[in-house]
Amino acid sequence: MEAIFAQFLNGLDKGGAYALIALGLTLVFGTLGVVNFAHGALFMLGAFCAVTFRRLLTLEQVTVSETELTPWGSPLEIRVPYAEQWFGDFGQVLIDYSVPFSILLAIPVMLIIGVAMERGLIKHFYKRPHAEQILVTFGLAIVLQEVVRSFFGANPIPQPIPSSLVGAADVGSWLGMQANQVVYPWWRLVYLLFSVVVIGGVFAFLQFTTFGMVVRAGMADRETVGLLGINIDRRFTIMFGLAAILAGLAGVMYTPLLPPNFHLGMDFLVLSFVVVVVGGMGSLPGAVAAGFLLGIVQSFASMTEVKAIIPAIDQIIVYLIAVIVLLTRPRGLLGRRGVMEN
Amino acid sequence: MSKLKGGLSRRKVLKTAGAGLVTAGVAPSIFVRGAWAQEFCNNPTGDTVTLGFNMPLTGAYADEGADEQRAFELAVEHLNGGGDGGMLNTFSSKTATGNGILGKKVTYVTGDTATGSDAARDSARRMIERDGVIMLSGGSSSGVAIAVQGLCQERGVIFMAGLTHSNDTTGKDKKRYGFRHFFNAYQSGTALAPILGEQYGTQRRAYHLTSDYTWGWTQQESIKNATEALGWETVETVLTPVGAGDFSQYITPVLNSGADVLILNHYGFDMVNSLTQSVQFGLRDRQANGQDFQIVTPLVSDLMAQGAGDAMKGIYGTSNWDWQSPDEASQAFTKSFGAKFGQPPSQAAHTCYVQTLLYADAVERAGTFYPPEVIKALEGFEFDGMGNGQTLYRAEDHQCLKRVHAVQGRENPQSNFDRLETVAVVERDVADFDASLFGGELGPYDAAAC
Amino acid sequence: MFFMNRRDILVFAGFTILVLTMPIWLTPTGAAYPALMQTFAIYGIMVIGFNILFGLTGYLSFGHAAFLGVGSYTAVWSFKLLTMNAIPALLFAVLLSGVFAVVIGYVSLRRSGIYFSILTLAFAQMCYSLAYSVLTPITNGETSLQLTLQDPRVIDLAFTERGSGLPVPNLFGLPMTGLTGFYFCAVILVLAFFLAQRITNSPFGMTLKGIKSNQNRMDYTGFNTRPYTLAAFVISGMYAGLAGGLLAVTDPLAGAERMQWTASGEIVLMTILGGAGTLFGPVIGAWLVKYAENIFSAFNESVLHNFFSFLPDGMEEPFVWVAALFVGEGWHLTLGLLFMIVVIFLPGGIMEGVRRIGTLFRRRPDTSDGSAVSAKQQPAE
Repeated sequence: MEAIFAQFLNGLDKGGAYALIALGLTLVFGTLGVVNFAHGALFMLGAFCAVTFRRLLTLEQVTVSETELTPWGSPLEIRVPYAEQWFGDFGQVLIDYSVPFSILLAIPVMLIIGVAMERGLIKHFYKRPHAEQILVTFGLAIVLQEVVRSFFGANPIPQPIPSSLVGAADVGSWLGMQANQVVYPWWRLVYLLFSVVVIGGVFAFLQFTTFGMVVRAGMADRETVGLLGINIDRRFTIMFGLAAILAGLAGVMYTPLLPPNFHLGMDFLVLSFVVVVVGGMGSLPGAVAAGFLLGIVQSFASMTEVKAIIPAIDQIIVYLIAVIVLLTRPRGLLGRRGVMEN
Repeated sequence: MSKLKGGLSRRKVLKTAGAGLVTAGVAPSIFVRGAWAQEFCNNPTGDTVTLGFNMPLTGAYADEGADEQRAFELAVEHLNGGGDGGMLNTFSSKTATGNGILGKKVTYVTGDTATGSDAARDSARRMIERDGVIMLSGGSSSGVAIAVQGLCQERGVIFMAGLTHSNDTTGKDKKRYGFRHFFNAYQSGTALAPILGEQYGTQRRAYHLTSDYTWGWTQQESIKNATEALGWETVETVLTPVGAGDFSQYITPVLNSGADVLILNHYGFDMVNSLTQSVQFGLRDRQANGQDFQIVTPLVSDLMAQGAGDAMKGIYGTSNWDWQSPDEASQAFTKSFGAKFGQPPSQAAHTCYVQTLLYADAVERAGTFYPPEVIKALEGFEFDGMGNGQTLYRAEDHQCLKRVHAVQGRENPQSNFDRLETVAVVERDVADFDASLFGGELGPYDAAAC
Repeated sequence: MFFMNRRDILVFAGFTILVLTMPIWLTPTGAAYPALMQTFAIYGIMVIGFNILFGLTGYLSFGHAAFLGVGSYTAVWSFKLLTMNAIPALLFAVLLSGVFAVVIGYVSLRRSGIYFSILTLAFAQMCYSLAYSVLTPITNGETSLQLTLQDPRVIDLAFTERGSGLPVPNLFGLPMTGLTGFYFCAVILVLAFFLAQRITNSPFGMTLKGIKSNQNRMDYTGFNTRPYTLAAFVISGMYAGLAGGLLAVTDPLAGAERMQWTASGEIVLMTILGGAGTLFGPVIGAWLVKYAENIFSAFNESVLHNFFSFLPDGMEEPFVWVAALFVGEGWHLTLGLLFMIVVIFLPGGIMEGVRRIGTLFRRRPDTSDGSAVSAKQQPAE
């Protein structure tokens, strides 16, 4: 029982990341009709926003000691981060909380990247077949990841969890179970909460603002909205920026869980497409639901008891679900009838 | 740029093709060999000799690869008479004079194994065929070592394995052309078990998370046997894919499994991730079966300890070597490495540096690059002054027998490179094991002309 | 070859000469070593096969590397169990990958467009994950499948004594290493090219092209397209299996990495780069990518310093720094950019570029050509 509950939490947590990425992917597909294979790269870029932010904060003043030597024989270097020199204690706090603070950097950066991508490249591909969209964005994904590799190297760069959020929460005791039966790391809980809040925010934005209303109308019938004299293109550009921000934020907050490297995007890309397809191309609630669903299913599949019955099911369960959904219900779990049904 | 090498001369093509055609249809498997007594693969004829270093520059073990590259650079510099000579001054065999190998200047080429056998084999073939290397070294994964070692046996190129810890490398999959200086998983078990017994008692229930390839399998088996001999019980062993990244789905079941020790048979970034995530899950603050929950990392290096940071504190493991070893050889190497790169060498760097020197020395002693003679010079070679005390390159399995270190994560590290502390040095006679224990056959000495 | 028209015979003869003389004309480029030339030939076969599916029918598969892997594993098992002879190994490789292609193709082809791509991607990832985990007894997982001294090799050992070392794959005694190995692959590449040429020009090939230009119309005319697409899928899967088998013949080792989806992506990349739909283009693309991977990637800083040494002191560093982004480790970046440029401006790949340049020279006086290129030329006349 406890084991199942713990895996359930794990699944929610994974699902949070999947849902955030898939939501952006679906926004782009639903509004612009573009299949974006570079979306994983946006996730990766977000993660590297956190890395960059921390690098900036921890820029150090290096003084080489004249007399002292390290045990391995080179001159001793004394390093003090500028942030600590200038801001004192606050600087230390800033460094400690660099991951959440880097959201502040990630939002504008990702927005610019997203808008630049749409204006510079994607907009020329609206009228071209899906296959060509896949190809050009696949090429873009390679370019982006190689640029990151040339600046940050090939190795993963670990990002610390803020010191007050290290360790695990006794989730079981909150629910009246025995103490220490179900524990879960604080940061993963934060991630889950974060993803829920962001997803909620996006839906509220689309539901309750005029901008959102126009966008939803545009998703349903682009031409009519255009005929009404509304500049739908500009709104869609902003939606692309929003999708980039979503992927970026998912990446920023994920860094303490998984040290990012240049290949992170490709690792998540296939999975996020599977999520979108299972949820239904172009369906926002579908993307979110499928994200959480697949996260949970994947977690349960990796339980020893399950693997004892079907070996290695944890490795393939996600793809298996995608295949079954595509064959039996190609519009996806929550997809609208008639959208991409062939 | 690259150059055309011996393997391609027009004459040899015709010869090979002709020989093949004559025998075609007669016997199914025929070797092209023996025809050239001293003509062998990539025989260095100019005034330079090229060595090939094949390392993981990307992938889960990339950190070790980067350090190996530094070590090779340093070894080549020392062989060519540059720098302060490092271990050449302490090495018991005084053949190397800083004048290259057999008077030929040493040059080298590098390749990226990407921490995978396929890519490693590709890049090894590239170095043998395109760059004409006479010896290959490096690597940080046993899967890679075994794959490359097989190729080297085929091509008649000596492989001085880098970091590889699987019992199979010099056991089931040992090769005449493959040599390993690094210790193996069985020796880790021997070194670690007494300390685990002393620290954690004999009433323990262990849960293994294991990298799913040859090294993981043999280490799990060795550690399982060693701990079960102490009286421990093994609750569960779970295989995880290499480069899994997020191990949370494997760690969650540990919590309620009734185990009180988690043994992580991981290496490189895999271990950094699995260890930090285990600590995030509060495993180390846990109580189970009335005892404090413990984590053990049977094979650990400074680089991983750096990556894991504070999560490493107090955790036991084993190492091939420690840069803080007080002996003269280790200090000479550390100093020379530190002066050049501003950081101390890791165990991966040490083993690669030593292997390069050992190869150069064997060639000098054999007086030729002809691989069968070099192999004979290495087999049964006794030496000292390489940082692990008196060492033997055992002829039966090409495994070095020497002392190994049991280490623990330091509570108060002085620097980022001071995160491990040697708690026991296990002497060579204790770490020794029967050469026939892991089976395998070395194969023939014959040098193939590639 | 009476059934071929003159142009086809010329193309085929040209291709044959080009492939067989590779060791000569590649020498100045530094690529004339056996391992790389074998790779050229093998990936040539791979993309020719891929092109039969993608180039002719327009179905974009992101999972073709799986068939390559199946072929490799089958060939190595044939070496281990039966004989080191390459022929049975290749036959089994082609057959088994064909079986896989039938199953995967039958299911995936129920959908088209992006859904088809994702289905093939999902199947390939399943194959990869299984090879990596639960199928370890067959694939040896991460360690990769290799020959051992104890292999049964029943057919070989019925005729000869077990040698003391590891045997090499052979063709009735002719060892498949070095240049011999290359010529073996090259001959198969030429045959594969010939077959593809026949397929493209046959009524079957015409049907496939019809499916590409408008599948709906084909369907509406009462034409059942499914068997045709499936046949194309299986043929291209078998080509991939053949390539995989040859990889094992030239180097008897099979690892799971070659089945990963990024490996499939690379095949797509090669095909597009060279020119999907043309016979020769994909091969050029494959050669270009493999050349870059092996030679371009070996450029390091010292080479660059030599190259830019003519520049004044202050200038050299920045130039080297910028250039270093694109060569050596960064060759992937060059490849990615090149690929994007091709997709954006030259959807027909390098072959289209060649053709455009060709028309530029040939048709200069012809003003009826409405293309932008010749339009620009007009005022100059």
